[in-house]
Amino acid sequence: MGIVSPGFKGRGGAGREKLPPGQYLVTDFPVLSAGPTPRVDTGSWELRIRTETGEVHSWDWAAFRALPSEEITVDLHCVTKWSKLHTPWRGVSLDTLLAEAETSAEYALARSYGGYTTNLPLQDLLDGQAWVAYEFDGEPLESEHGGPARLLVPHLYLWKSAKWVQGIDLLDNDEPGFWESLGYHNYGDPWREQRYWGD
Amino acid sequence: MNTHLDGNVLAGALGEVFAVDITTAVAQCASCGTSQAMGQALVYTDAPGLVARCRTCGEVVLRVTRSPGRTWLDMRGVRCLELHVPGE
Repeated sequence: MGIVSPGFKGRGGAGREKLPPGQYLVTDFPVLSAGPTPRVDTGSWELRIRTETGEVHSWDWAAFRALPSEEITVDLHCVTKWSKLHTPWRGVSLDTLLAEAETSAEYALARSYGGYTTNLPLQDLLDGQAWVAYEFDGEPLESEHGGPARLLVPHLYLWKSAKWVQGIDLLDNDEPGFWESLGYHNYGDPWREQRYWGD
Repeated sequence: MNTHLDGNVLAGALGEVFAVDITTAVAQCASCGTSQAMGQALVYTDAPGLVARCRTCGEVVLRVTRSPGRTWLDMRGVRCLELHVPGE
């Protein structure tokens, strides 16, 4: 018999898991969008990474799906205050996508089909922190949730995980994205509750 | 699923900013040039802010976000705004 019983560690169960400040737990998967949902056919889909020197690396759907992928289970924290825990995804690590890019850029700007943008430090895309995800819960990612593929950067508020990602520009200078240019925090760490400018 | 509401939903958020009723103001879209009452815009509300799009071309005409004590307004998508001045 162990010294610590399972009941000791697990007191309170799943409903008492730690959330970032100001967040509440949901079990559904809310859909937020700043416009109509782009319906992007995988036959015409393309992902482009452009470095600060103009060098472009691109993948069509077949080439993208041929890349090594990872299964990841992560927690999601939306700036509108809901959090969804233990969400299962499959995607390609940004470490893989950026492996061939020669860059000294410090910033990245993700661009989406439909015109959405979001910015983040390039280092936040590296070292196993970010993916371009194309499956959720074992199924192809639905368009409402960003399919066929979306950025997934779970350590930042979910607006940084750009749905319908089309490209990532690597930049020498930071360029605020869609929400970052309108009052939302430039970095967006949920554990520091960086929701708005000045937080 | 994401849906939009009509531009009259802007009245609440922008009523704190403008002294006039913004929903009856006529905005010329900076993208396609169409003039339409702001109340006719397509407004996406299931988002971190309100995003109003031109009913003709779908481009963003106006965005509003709100935090406790602050409001941000982006009207880059409006080339010209015609406001009705009360009492004249």
